[in-house]
Amino acid sequence: MTDASVNVAAGETLLAVDGISLRFGGVTALNDVSFDIKRGEIRAIIGPNGAGKTSMLNVINGFYHPQRGAIRFRGQNLTRMNPGFAARNGIARTFQNVALFRGMTTLDNLMTGRALKMNRGLFWQLLRHGPAMDEEIEHRRVVEDIIDFLEIEAIRRVPVGRLPYGLQKRVELGRALAMEPELLLLDEPMTGMNLEEKEDMCRFILEVNGQFGTTIALIEHDMGVVMDLSNRVVVLDYGRKIADDVPAAVKQDATVIAAYLGVAG
Amino acid sequence: MLEGDVADRDTFPKLLARNARRFGARPAFRHKDRGIWHSWSWAEVEREVRAYALGLSRLGLRRGDAFAILGNNRPKLYWSFAAAQWLGAVPVPLYADAIADEVGYVLAHAEARLAAVQDQEQVDKVISVSARVPSLGRLLYDEPRGLRDYDHTQLVSIDDVIADGRRALAEDPTLDAWLDAELAKGKGDDVCVILYTSGTTGRPKGVEIGSGRAIGAAVNSVAFDRLNERDEVLAYLPLAWAGDHYLTYAQSFVAGFCVSCPESPETVQENLREIGPTYYFGPPRVFETMLTATTVRIADASALKRALYRYFIGIARRYGERILNRERVPFWPRLQYAIGRLLVYEPLKNALGFSRVRVAYTAGEAIGPDLFSFYRSLGMNLKQFYGQTEAFILLTSQTDRDVRPDTVGPVIADVEVRISDDGEVLYKSASQFLGYLKDAERTAEAMTADGYVKTGDAGFFDAAGHLHIIDRAKDVGRLRNGALFAPKYIENKLKFFPNIREAVAFGDGQDFVTCFLNIDLTAVADWAERNGVTYGSYQELAGHDRVIELLAEHVRAVNRDLAAETATAAAQIRRFLVLHKELDADDGELTRTQKVRRRFIAERYAKLVDGLYGTSKTVDIATEVMFEDGRKGTISARVKIYDLASGEAPAELAAA
Repeated sequence: MTDASVNVAAGETLLAVDGISLRFGGVTALNDVSFDIKRGEIRAIIGPNGAGKTSMLNVINGFYHPQRGAIRFRGQNLTRMNPGFAARNGIARTFQNVALFRGMTTLDNLMTGRALKMNRGLFWQLLRHGPAMDEEIEHRRVVEDIIDFLEIEAIRRVPVGRLPYGLQKRVELGRALAMEPELLLLDEPMTGMNLEEKEDMCRFILEVNGQFGTTIALIEHDMGVVMDLSNRVVVLDYGRKIADDVPAAVKQDATVIAAYLGVAG
Repeated sequence: MLEGDVADRDTFPKLLARNARRFGARPAFRHKDRGIWHSWSWAEVEREVRAYALGLSRLGLRRGDAFAILGNNRPKLYWSFAAAQWLGAVPVPLYADAIADEVGYVLAHAEARLAAVQDQEQVDKVISVSARVPSLGRLLYDEPRGLRDYDHTQLVSIDDVIADGRRALAEDPTLDAWLDAELAKGKGDDVCVILYTSGTTGRPKGVEIGSGRAIGAAVNSVAFDRLNERDEVLAYLPLAWAGDHYLTYAQSFVAGFCVSCPESPETVQENLREIGPTYYFGPPRVFETMLTATTVRIADASALKRALYRYFIGIARRYGERILNRERVPFWPRLQYAIGRLLVYEPLKNALGFSRVRVAYTAGEAIGPDLFSFYRSLGMNLKQFYGQTEAFILLTSQTDRDVRPDTVGPVIADVEVRISDDGEVLYKSASQFLGYLKDAERTAEAMTADGYVKTGDAGFFDAAGHLHIIDRAKDVGRLRNGALFAPKYIENKLKFFPNIREAVAFGDGQDFVTCFLNIDLTAVADWAERNGVTYGSYQELAGHDRVIELLAEHVRAVNRDLAAETATAAAQIRRFLVLHKELDADDGELTRTQKVRRRFIAERYAKLVDGLYGTSKTVDIATEVMFEDGRKGTISARVKIYDLASGEAPAELAAA
C-alpha cells in the first residue's frame, strides 16, 4: 500500500482542478478549490455536510459549470467540461441516490452503460441482426465480465427496483464500470449499507483500482473506509479546501479535526 | 451389459478413458460462466485430466499422496479428483464452508501434499493454517479474482498446471506412454477417496473408500435406476459430502451422464430450470422450501389460478400417487388427472425445474408424508434411500412403484442388513469403507465382533421387508416391559400434523408412553377462527378443550400407525398434555437449531411428567420464562391431562 501511494504520488496527473469557484446566486458552494488526481490512485473527497463534495464531482463531470477556474484532463485544458464530453472521454460516475432504470433488469441497466460504445446506427440496432448483433454480443461479453466480477449472477434478470438498496448500489457501480472508464467518480458508494455490504464494496473498489488500473475519486462519510481505501484525501469545508494529504496526515490535521468536531470559541 | 463392461474398470480414471472412447463427443461436464453454459465432452475431459495429472506429478504429487480439494461444485474441482486418482494419489474433499481450523485439522491429519481450491476465500483459509501442515506444497486455485497481489511462489492456477502438463506432453511424446502406465498401475484395492465425516463428537474421521468397491456400488445403483449417458444432473451439493461424491462423481463416471455445475450457489434454482435434470437429489428441506415458495406464489395469484390449483392439486392428492404406482384408477379421475397435468402439474414442475426428472431421491432425515406425497402426486418419481458414508452410501433404496413415505425401502444388492438385539441397524456391504484413516481404534469401535458395521441408527423391518429408521440408537429407550421406545420416531409422526409444532415423548423405564405437545399457533388459530373457538391468549387457546380434543384425534391417528407395526405397537401414547407455553430456545428448551432438549424439559417440567404418570386429571404449574428483552417472568397454568387408554376426555369436557 505504501509502495503504491509513493508511486502514485509521483505519477502523472490525470485530472486537475485549478481555482474552481462555484456560486448559486448568493451561495458560494466552492471557493477557489484546487487539487489534482494522479493516474491510478484512489482519491477521497471528504468534508462535513454541505462542504461542497458533490458539487465538486458535478463540476468534474461537467454537470455544473464553475464561474471561475479551469479543469485539466489528460493534459487538455478545458474551461468548460460537459457531461457528454466527460462520458465519451472515460469519466463515469455513480450517484448519491441510486439513479438506475428501476423497471429494467440488472443486465439491461449494465448494457445501457455500453450505449456510448455502440457504433451501429439505430436502423441496424433495431434489426438486431448482422453487424449490430456481433456488436451487441461483444458488449454483452464485457457486461458479463462485470457481472462475474461483482458477483451479481443471481440477479441478472431481476428488475433493479425489486433489489435491496445495497445491491442497487452494486449494480450502479457495474453500470459505471461498463463504460470502461479511466476515471470513476463514486458519490457515497457505501451509504445505507450494512457492514458486510460495505466490506464487499471496498473489495470491489480496490479490485477495480488494482486489476483494471482505474483511477477513482470517491466521496465517503465512513472514515474507516476512507482511511483504508484512499491514497490521498482532500478535505473540503464550507466550499474551501482545508487539507490535502495522505490519510494518516489528514487524520492528525488540527483544521480537519476542528471542521469535523467543531471547536469551542 | 454394464457388468462385463466395467468389470476390468476398477478405477475412476480408467472409467474416464472408457467413457472418452465410448461416449466421445457426448457432454460430460457443463458449467455456466459469464452467463453462458460451456460444455466439455468426455473426450475433452479425458485430455484435460491427462494433462492435469501430468502437471500434478510435475508439482510433486506421487502415488499415495493426499490431494485436498476445497470449494463449490466446479468442473475443474471434479477433474481434480480424477487427475489425482490417475496418479494413484488420494483426493480428500473438504466442505467449502468449513472454518479455517477444521480445514487445518483435515489437511494436517491427511498430510495433504497439494491442495486445489476454488477461490481467494479458500486460499486465505489454507494459507492461514499452512503452518500446521508441513506436508503441503503448492496451492492450486481455480478462480484468480483477488489473488493478484498474493505470493505466487506458493500459488498456481489449475489452468496453468493443465497447460504445463499439455506443454510437457507436446515436447516429450514418451510421457503419453508414462501416463498410460500410471493409469494401468491403479488397482481396485486402492483408496480412491477419503471422505471426512463431521461427527457430533470428537474430531472428524477420515473414511477411506476403496476404488473397486465404490465403482461396484455405483454399477449396482446405476443399473437399479437404469441411469445412462443421456441423463442430466445438476451438481449443487457439497463436494465433500459422500452423497455428492456418489451421485455426481461415481455414478456419472459409471453411467456416462452429464454433470452440470451452477454459475454460483445463489443461482442453483435458476440453473435447475435451465438444465432440467433427469436425475435429482435433494434433502427434505429443499423440497419443503420449494413447496413453501410455490404456496406463497399461488396465494398471490389470481382467483381463477388459485381455484384451478386447489381443484387439481386435490385431484392429484387423491389419484396422483396411484397413477404413478400404475394402480387401477377409474377412467373419469384419470381424465381429470390428465387435464390437471396439462393445466397445473407440468407447468408447476417446469417452474421448479423438474419437468424432465425421471428419478429423484431424498434422504438424510425423515420427510413429512404430506410433503413427500405432494411431489409424487404430481407424477414425479421421488423416492427415499438410506445409507451412510461408511457404507459408501446406499444400504436400502425404494424401488419404482413400491414407495411408502415412512420407510426407506428394501435392502439393495450386495448389502446385508441385520438388526441387533438393541434395535441398532448393522450391515455388511460390498462397498463398505476400508477403515478410518490412521484410526484403527475407532475403526474397530464401528464394527461388531462378527464383522458388521454399526450405523448408530435404530430401526426395524416391516412385514414387506422395508426398513424403518426410527431414531439414533443411543436415544432409543425401553419401556418397563422391554418394548422398544423411540422418542424421535413418535415425535416426528406427531409433528407431521400441521397443528402440532413440537412434541416431547417420555417412556424410557416407564410402563407406557406419554407426551407433551405444543400447538402450532398459526395453524390452530386458523382452525379456531373457522370453528368459532374464541380465545384471548396462547395459553387459553392451548388449554381449550376443543383444541385438546383436536390434538387427541392426531394422537389417536399416530397410535393407529404405531399399532400397525409389531415393533412399535407397545409404544402407543397413553396420556398426553398440551403445554401452556411454546417451547423456546431462549428458555433453553430447544437448541438453537430447534431440536428439543428432552432431558432438560423433563427436569424443568418434572411436575407435569409426574402428572402424566399419576392419576390426576390436572396439574398446576408455574414456569419461569425469559422474555426477548431479557426480563424474566412467571407463567402459571393449570394443565389438563388427556387419557387415551380410558378414552376419557378431560374432566371439564366430560362435565359439559
